[in-house]
Amino acid sequence: MNVPAAWYLVVAALLFGIGAFGLLTRRSALIMFMCLELMLNAANLTFVTFSRTMSDIAGQASVFFVMVVAAAEVTVGLGIVVAVFRRRSSTSVDDLTELKG
Amino acid sequence: MIATNYAIPDFVIFATSTILILVGALGVITLKNPVHAALSLIMTLFGVAVAFVAQSADFLAAAQIIVYAGAIVVLFLFVIMFLGVGYGSKSDVEPLVGQRGFAIAGVVITIGGLIALMASSHWVTGATSVTGPLAKGQGNVKQLGTAVFTTYLYAFEATSLLLVIAVVGAVLLARRERATTREATDETSDEEVGS
Repeated sequence: MNVPAAWYLVVAALLFGIGAFGLLTRRSALIMFMCLELMLNAANLTFVTFSRTMSDIAGQASVFFVMVVAAAEVTVGLGIVVAVFRRRSSTSVDDLTELKG
Repeated sequence: MIATNYAIPDFVIFATSTILILVGALGVITLKNPVHAALSLIMTLFGVAVAFVAQSADFLAAAQIIVYAGAIVVLFLFVIMFLGVGYGSKSDVEPLVGQRGFAIAGVVITIGGLIALMASSHWVTGATSVTGPLAKGQGNVKQLGTAVFTTYLYAFEATSLLLVIAVVGAVLLARRERATTREATDETSDEEVGS
């Protein structure tokens, strides 16, 4: 039959870790959004794996809603990036230091 | 369906999707050029779609390609080219001392703990579904549609509201106001607050 669910779970965990590392270390707001997408996809992969293993459709329905929320999040996030770029001419998050005391 | 009763093709599919996922993800976090990072993101998303197909989530695989690779990454590329963001925005500079080391340590501890936790608890536990088990080997698009439009109907309607709010918010954020008009309105609002 299919490969064990554990393998897919490990791949999803690694993908989540790579995304988290990128989110913590990269400076560009755009790249950070891409890393967020990686982490969301890792969660989706876990959902689908458990859905297959548990033979339950709820996992796949959850992935459906995660995709919708991710689309909304990217839309608003990129709108914010464009608005910030218009003010600061930069997408680097290090330049956003207006609140620094 | 791609999945058969033979283990070897399944393993080949798994290995292919794993390579696509991990190489693409590493590309996203290492490449300097944002356009290249976005193309690596497409590679990862495609690998996840392959994994979805291998686990008989056919509709989600199609939605993954259409929504993520077709819409979200195109939106990313559009913004990158619209803003004209060039090469490496000081990604080598480390403003916080040891940030990268702490990030590596935190991620390794988290992932190691996660995998160890799953391995010590036999990976997947719990009872399988008795009310509506997935159809074996013939896809489950119909089941997913039934679930979304009956059990999760209110959530589905709420997502439509969420998308409308997101679109209106994005338009409001990205709208280019005339500087003079905005200053004038700011002044009037300040005066109103002051008086």
